[in-house]
Amino acid sequence: MRYIEPHAHMVSRTTDDYEAMVTAGCAAVCEPAFWAGFDRSSVDGFHDYFCQLTDYEPKRAARFGLPHYSWLCINPKESEDMGLAREVISIIPEFLKCPTVLGIGEIGLNKNTRNELTILQEHVDLAAKHDQLILVHTPHLEDKFKGTRLILDLLKSDSRIQPNRVIIDHVEEHTVSMVLDAGFWAGITLYPESKATPARAIDMVEQAGMRNIWLNCACDWGRSEPLAVPRTALEMRRRGYSAVAIDHLVYGNPLRFLSQNPRFQIA
Amino acid sequence: MTRQQVLDLYFMDARCKLIELAAFLDRVERAEGEGDFRHKALLKALEVLSSREPSRARDVLMTLSDPTSEPLAAAPGKGACGAWPGPPQS
Repeated sequence: MRYIEPHAHMVSRTTDDYEAMVTAGCAAVCEPAFWAGFDRSSVDGFHDYFCQLTDYEPKRAARFGLPHYSWLCINPKESEDMGLAREVISIIPEFLKCPTVLGIGEIGLNKNTRNELTILQEHVDLAAKHDQLILVHTPHLEDKFKGTRLILDLLKSDSRIQPNRVIIDHVEEHTVSMVLDAGFWAGITLYPESKATPARAIDMVEQAGMRNIWLNCACDWGRSEPLAVPRTALEMRRRGYSAVAIDHLVYGNPLRFLSQNPRFQIA
Repeated sequence: MTRQQVLDLYFMDARCKLIELAAFLDRVERAEGEGDFRHKALLKALEVLSSREPSRARDVLMTLSDPTSEPLAAAPGKGACGAWPGPPQS
């Protein structure tokens, strides 16, 4: 089996996780910029983080023959401080030249505040100006439904944005249809406690259709499972899906979305 | 899959989770002191399970969600707790 892990925070994971993912069939991994679990105190902290994402982490993955790509932004958990957020956004263009950067992400909302919306809009402006793909984080738990609606309203009102070049991640049963119906791609995140389990993810795919959905593990420094995508492929086998159908969802779909950026090349 | 196949594949897992939930509610009831809005929210969400509509997962998520549409003036913190506590107290 082969699969692409389109959303994983590998800077928080061990080298053993890289080895396990490649052993399970991972053909490429993509890493959106993320909250570190604590607030960084200055733009310099983000500069170092972006260097880590664009230089050090691809080398670490390459030791296992695994192509590593990244997305850049200031995560919505830190965008309440608009002064810092604007400083960070100002240094992103120099990193967009890096050969493994795929776009702007994971931007979005956390607690659905006015400041978060302002910084989301400024990230969207940046993506539009530089013709970048966009990866959107939707809020957690009780904030997801409201946040997803706010994000869709913002994106749909922007004529520069092509929905097929935007993936809206962490959808669940109450948000997946509104994302797909608006023409955007949808990401289903597989977590042990929140977001979706393998069984629920396949339920959503069966009801919404497989066409513009990808699966991801979004593994980070919290409780998460780097092999969640191949485990979901196993769950599909238990339901009787063919190898071709599984390949379509866990490899073909992320390949189709990510290949909109010609930098995304896997053998 | 047929309904029979779904039952064969997932019944034991669902049974396990149902008993875990029942035990959790018993544990909350046995405990002393005041609880918070999450207990009531969970009990309200449980009502959805007796529905005959095949949209229970979505409906449970909706009962636990913030239904408002106006952005907040400021973030009350960074985290989420899994149930909407109601509008911010002014």
